[in-house]
Amino acid sequence: MNIMKFKLPNFVVTNQFGLLLLVIVFICVFAFSTDGFTSRFNIYALSRVVAIDIMIGLAMMVVIITGGLNLSLGALGVATAMFGGWCMEVLHIPIIPSILLILLMGTFLGWINGYITVKTGVHSFIVTLATMSIYFGLMTMLTKAEAFRRLPEAFTDFGSMKLFNKYISPLLLLSIGMCFLLFYFFKYTDIGRKLVAAGANPEASELSGISVSRMFIYCHMLSGFLAAVAAIMLTTRIGAAIPSMAGHLGFDWLLPAFLAPVLGGTLLSGGKVTVFGTMLGAILVTLITNGLYLVEVGEFWIRFFLGIILLLAVLLDKAREYLTQKNVLVS
Amino acid sequence: MSFDINSLFKKDWFGLLIVVIVGSAVIAISRPAFISAFNLYVLMLSVSLMLVVAMSQMIIIAIGQMNLSVGAIGGLVAISFTGLMEVYSMPVGLALFIGLLIGLACGFLNGFITVKTGISAFIITLATLYIFKGMNLGITEAQPFYNIPESVKFFGNAKVIGPIPFLIIVPIIITVLMWFLMNRTQIGRYMLAYGNSVQSSELIGISSTKIVITAHVISGLLAAIAGMLVVCRLQLGTPNIGDSWLLPSFAAPVIGGAILAGGKVDVIATALGVIIVAIISQALVIYKIDPFFVQIFLGFMILFAVFINRYREYKEETRKKVFTHEK
Repeated sequence: MNIMKFKLPNFVVTNQFGLLLLVIVFICVFAFSTDGFTSRFNIYALSRVVAIDIMIGLAMMVVIITGGLNLSLGALGVATAMFGGWCMEVLHIPIIPSILLILLMGTFLGWINGYITVKTGVHSFIVTLATMSIYFGLMTMLTKAEAFRRLPEAFTDFGSMKLFNKYISPLLLLSIGMCFLLFYFFKYTDIGRKLVAAGANPEASELSGISVSRMFIYCHMLSGFLAAVAAIMLTTRIGAAIPSMAGHLGFDWLLPAFLAPVLGGTLLSGGKVTVFGTMLGAILVTLITNGLYLVEVGEFWIRFFLGIILLLAVLLDKAREYLTQKNVLVS
Repeated sequence: MSFDINSLFKKDWFGLLIVVIVGSAVIAISRPAFISAFNLYVLMLSVSLMLVVAMSQMIIIAIGQMNLSVGAIGGLVAISFTGLMEVYSMPVGLALFIGLLIGLACGFLNGFITVKTGISAFIITLATLYIFKGMNLGITEAQPFYNIPESVKFFGNAKVIGPIPFLIIVPIIITVLMWFLMNRTQIGRYMLAYGNSVQSSELIGISSTKIVITAHVISGLLAAIAGMLVVCRLQLGTPNIGDSWLLPSFAAPVIGGAILAGGKVDVIATALGVIIVAIISQALVIYKIDPFFVQIFLGFMILFAVFINRYREYKEETRKKVFTHEK
């Protein structure tokens, strides 16, 4: 009984609960105040966008565990997508092996980030800033900035598939599945716990026999892998691999990448993950962006509002941290 | 003479100076077009713009932080500067003053939020990057301002003597001032102390608030100046000014041996870093190498500089160890 008494308020003050509440509030507000928010088309479109934003957020989250970050996320994603387009269109490799190759490529590029960061001891910011321009530059040079538009139909069909009475894209199920997988990974597997521990307290982990360097490299590899998954999903959604699909240097991915984990309550100093928080964070960001479009705030002001939201999110996060000094590694 | 040639080799900037001299000599011999008056003029123009941008980032690196919003501040100031002159037909002086004021305000905002919340400057400036850029796009709706007064155009095109552009005067003054600030003033030394160790600097009574806000305000002002210099150069105010500053702004200080954890920057070495980046970009054009390659090269330059710095640190450490053992 006592435990029950304490557990309920605990859940109420968690970030996830606040986020869930916000998501519900926003859905209600937009559903009642705008036309078309609950239309089948809009919900389907939302589900496709959310799916990719969740994946991007997760890809950043796994690096934030180490107290570092991955600026090259977008560039890495686009580079792997273009690589995939080349495999399928030029080399005519079947879809499944192609996907495996893309994932391998993403993991490899992530490994480069991690390896250089660990070996030089320089903050991952500057390393991934450099690799960002290298990956993006190499990609534009090799592809001559031309898109791969003749991808196999089976591959692009997946992106436009509609499930549940044509409301939901299968991409969203994939993302949510990945969330459960990562949650299990970080919460219940030996290696996952080690990754988080290495980020939370590198010295203590090193002393208790965890190779922190190796764990950090694993985090970067996982980040590359997840970015590659996001890239595959984006490619199937667009139906082509386009060099500019994440903006110049892949910068368009950066804001959702940070917004989702930070909103979700991942500590930027590392050592704390919130897989479902990140998921809810991504949903919230997509909802707000979509809502801002629907209330016709003007396309040009969207960035402004997203910046304000990020600022508010970190300020709230700070306040919450101040109020509830808790020490749960995985939630 | 007490001049010691060995002490020269230990300076950060000395090796870079040799790279600059040897590099330009090699390029000039193999491609004489490199030292043509026009090419030198273009080279100096790009150096003068990037110098200010690099200084804007360097001062934040000095206190151990980073400023992602340098380009966004530059862009916002650039379009405000031109917009005030075109839409409200303000005199140049007043528009310039307001431009500087905007830069100052943006920098103050960055510094204030960072120091008051204790959240990493990276995430704060990422948020303000989007805020400033969003304001820029919201105001202009992605349309450039074309009507620039003749005096501003003249300033952007005039030459002092031979191939030396008028524009380079501002960056040179800024570089000298920055050198003076970082090496000869109390606040500059305090900034480095703060960057080196926040805790010890607070213990000896340095106010974090003052240091962080000052550094960010200077950074904002420099970004504003850079934005307006680009307007003089381009003869128009486009909303995408500053979009591509991020990488070069970090490249120059890092090549100049700045330690990103803070506490160590070298103004002269940063300036040489800017020159090296400019010469390489120029050389790639002269040798007719794919322009995309410039970006890849810049990335490799940063990684290379990181490795060199790491190696020097390592040597320094081992040298110290040997020294203490001998004692």
